[in-house]
Amino acid sequence: MNMPISGKPPKKLSLKENYALLTRGLGWETSYESMDKVFPQCDFEGIKIHDWDKWEDPFRLTMDAYWKYQGEKERKLYAIVDAFQQNNGQFNVSDARYINTLKLFLTGVSPLEYGAHRGFAMAGRNFKGAGASIAAQMQAIDELRHAQTQAHTISHYNKFFHGMHDPIHMFDRVWYLSVPKSYFEDAMTAGPFEFVTAISFSFEYVLTNLLFMPFMSGAAFNGDMATVTFGFSAQSDESRHMTLGLEVVKFILEQDPANLPIVQRWLDKWFWRGYRLLALVAMMMDYMLPKRVMSWSEAWGMYFEQNGGALFNDLARYGVRMPKYHDVAAKEKDRLSHETWGIFYNYTHAAGFHTWVPEEGEMKWLSEKYPATFDKHYRPRFEYWRDQQKKGERFYNKTLPMLCQTCQIPMGFTEPDDPTKICYRESHYRDNKFHFCSDGCKDIFDFEPEKYVQSWLPVHQVYQGNCFRPGTDPTAPGFDPLLEVLKYYNFNVGKDGGEYLDSEDKKHWEQWTGKPGVSI
Amino acid sequence: MQVDIKTTSVVQLRETFSHVARHLGSDKPASRYQEASLNLQSTANFHYRPLWEPERELYDVRRTQIEMKDWYAFKDPRQYYYGSYTIVRSRQQETMEKSLEFVDKRGLLRDLPQEIRNAVIFALVPMRHLEWGANLNNCFVTAYGYGTAITQATMFHGMDRLGLAQYLSRIGLLLDGNSGESLAHAKTLWMEHAAWQPLRRLMERMMICRDWFELFVKQNLVLDGLLHPLVFRQFEPRISAQHGPALSLLTEFMTTWFDESSRWVDATIKTAAAESPANAERLRGWIAESHSEIMEALGAYAAELFGEDAAGALAKVEATLEARLTKLGVGSTGKAS
Repeated sequence: MNMPISGKPPKKLSLKENYALLTRGLGWETSYESMDKVFPQCDFEGIKIHDWDKWEDPFRLTMDAYWKYQGEKERKLYAIVDAFQQNNGQFNVSDARYINTLKLFLTGVSPLEYGAHRGFAMAGRNFKGAGASIAAQMQAIDELRHAQTQAHTISHYNKFFHGMHDPIHMFDRVWYLSVPKSYFEDAMTAGPFEFVTAISFSFEYVLTNLLFMPFMSGAAFNGDMATVTFGFSAQSDESRHMTLGLEVVKFILEQDPANLPIVQRWLDKWFWRGYRLLALVAMMMDYMLPKRVMSWSEAWGMYFEQNGGALFNDLARYGVRMPKYHDVAAKEKDRLSHETWGIFYNYTHAAGFHTWVPEEGEMKWLSEKYPATFDKHYRPRFEYWRDQQKKGERFYNKTLPMLCQTCQIPMGFTEPDDPTKICYRESHYRDNKFHFCSDGCKDIFDFEPEKYVQSWLPVHQVYQGNCFRPGTDPTAPGFDPLLEVLKYYNFNVGKDGGEYLDSEDKKHWEQWTGKPGVSI
Repeated sequence: MQVDIKTTSVVQLRETFSHVARHLGSDKPASRYQEASLNLQSTANFHYRPLWEPERELYDVRRTQIEMKDWYAFKDPRQYYYGSYTIVRSRQQETMEKSLEFVDKRGLLRDLPQEIRNAVIFALVPMRHLEWGANLNNCFVTAYGYGTAITQATMFHGMDRLGLAQYLSRIGLLLDGNSGESLAHAKTLWMEHAAWQPLRRLMERMMICRDWFELFVKQNLVLDGLLHPLVFRQFEPRISAQHGPALSLLTEFMTTWFDESSRWVDATIKTAAAESPANAERLRGWIAESHSEIMEALGAYAAELFGEDAAGALAKVEATLEARLTKLGVGSTGKAS
């Protein structure tokens, strides 16, 4: 160990050099145990990586800098959350109907942040290159941040409003929450490369502006200072994650031409999976925000058709084409939110949030935003429902819907070229028939049927008797299966879901704020 | 005179989330640590078996032989959730940055005698690779462990290890004038030097361990419990006693960190051991197995660091660990004190 180390004064390191020195050489080629045993998940998906050093670190964050920046952000965020709580900021939102977006967010999105935390830890452990591993690990800890700060921010709302008191329990059980749950578990149960392509690229890079941002902009428009502060605070994390998403796909594609068909198939699959998940966001934007930011159709046009289109143009040099069925999404953009809200209006008694018929002014907004479809197809239905409601006959659908085997949304979407006809597709596999809402969902199933036959479909599970609390006796006199399922969900029956106009949330809002609620 | 500020008379519907209340036994005010940790991980109705492990669920208690009735019985005495964790570390890194600047400006490491600089490089800089291994091991526990109570803490702990690897690299850069030569040299030592090979072999063996709790025990309790005190409580004070406190300034982070995180490691082990005699037995088995392996692996390394005092230094850290284990109810005597 007589290496000559000079005692000369140090040269100044650039950020890039500093990062490279502190990070790049940390890993090593193992020899006492084979690399394949140490990193057992690196090969089975068929992705070929020849040189992990070609990975371009998108963040170049060392841990000390990470602690410094993130610690500072947390100090500021919690100061504002504390002030919000002290000042009863929950009563400053536009209207209590807005709170329902938070219920959807906390039960449907926050658990995904947690899943991302664990999923990126898996990816971080499985990548052979230190640079890629660290990028994944930093996202893993960021996603934990998001899950926890969301719980802390929305915790205060939970003290005053119904429907968000048991988010993880609900996420694991409630019928519509199997849509986000199965989406994320699909990614996590795939290999590390598919996971990062699905989540970092398709989800974070292509679709974040259509998922996370609409909720946060909705919060800003509707006076929810706590959530919007969280949103701003998370924005810098999100932009790091988006950068990682693009780097992941470019890196994989540059490593070997044989990777292209695998990646293209993932892009097709995860575009459609993500797009179907966004049905929940579409209805939130068009129906659940008392003060609207923009319509789903506008958002899709701006964030996917324009920005996404430009992105895929850039990627064309790698041989990547637009994801399959993007044209179907374009055809559906004037229908998606209305069809989805219709489904939830039907089943709101079995949901953890309220629904309602839009007020007259809101219907006018919908007519303006959807001139080709709203007045023709959807307004008459709302007016009918409104009349029924005025007669005291608010419509609740007491049967259970058929679900799509892949996306798990009730089969309520219509044919790409006919908005009046429900779209049904089916496949046969091992003597069973499986049903799909779309060609996109059918394709995904057909490529990996052995995976999607496993789907825990809430409706099937209810009918099979798997959605009752332990000890429930279905033969007892007066047994009410729906009520028992809601108890299994741990719903406060009649408070957590149902028509907004009849809700305790509305009553409390008027009592506590003195502000008039909406009516029909 | 008492002054009461009037606020709106609104009756809260509940104090906390139901999943937190179930753990606390009733609906009562919960801390941020509790709301950030308790029952945060999915436990039921998983959709697909992992392609990478079809015999298990996505989250599955069977990935370790340790059994718990409640995986949220584990508590972090530091009550770290993301916010409290990053705020504490951001303060510590400020202090560390000042120390690095101070030592750099005065050339305190660069001006040490060559053989001392070489000794410091030999002892500390290849350890960056060992810390990287510790990072990956904790990342493994975070990925495949069960229950947020443990996995969030191992997430933080894993990132700490990356931080340690980078601070050790900074010490190398202070010694080589930012050329990176010391890092390259340390890599060669790590890959080839006889005294480092048993430790590298040990680390690679741990990296293929598939029982996450076993890995937790071997890495965070036994290896760290022997190696960190050996380097930062035995070796570093010897250097500083002879050549001034420069190195102490630069390893203060590591010593504070070790004391702090040991409290959490100990609490975790204690909880698992107290759960059942079978757990305690299992833990004792893992500890005994890795204890002798690690002592053996440390022999040649300690001899390089301490020369003829190696046996004494090793005996000291072994006694410290033994005392710790006894306190936790997993000592070789098998009795909790």
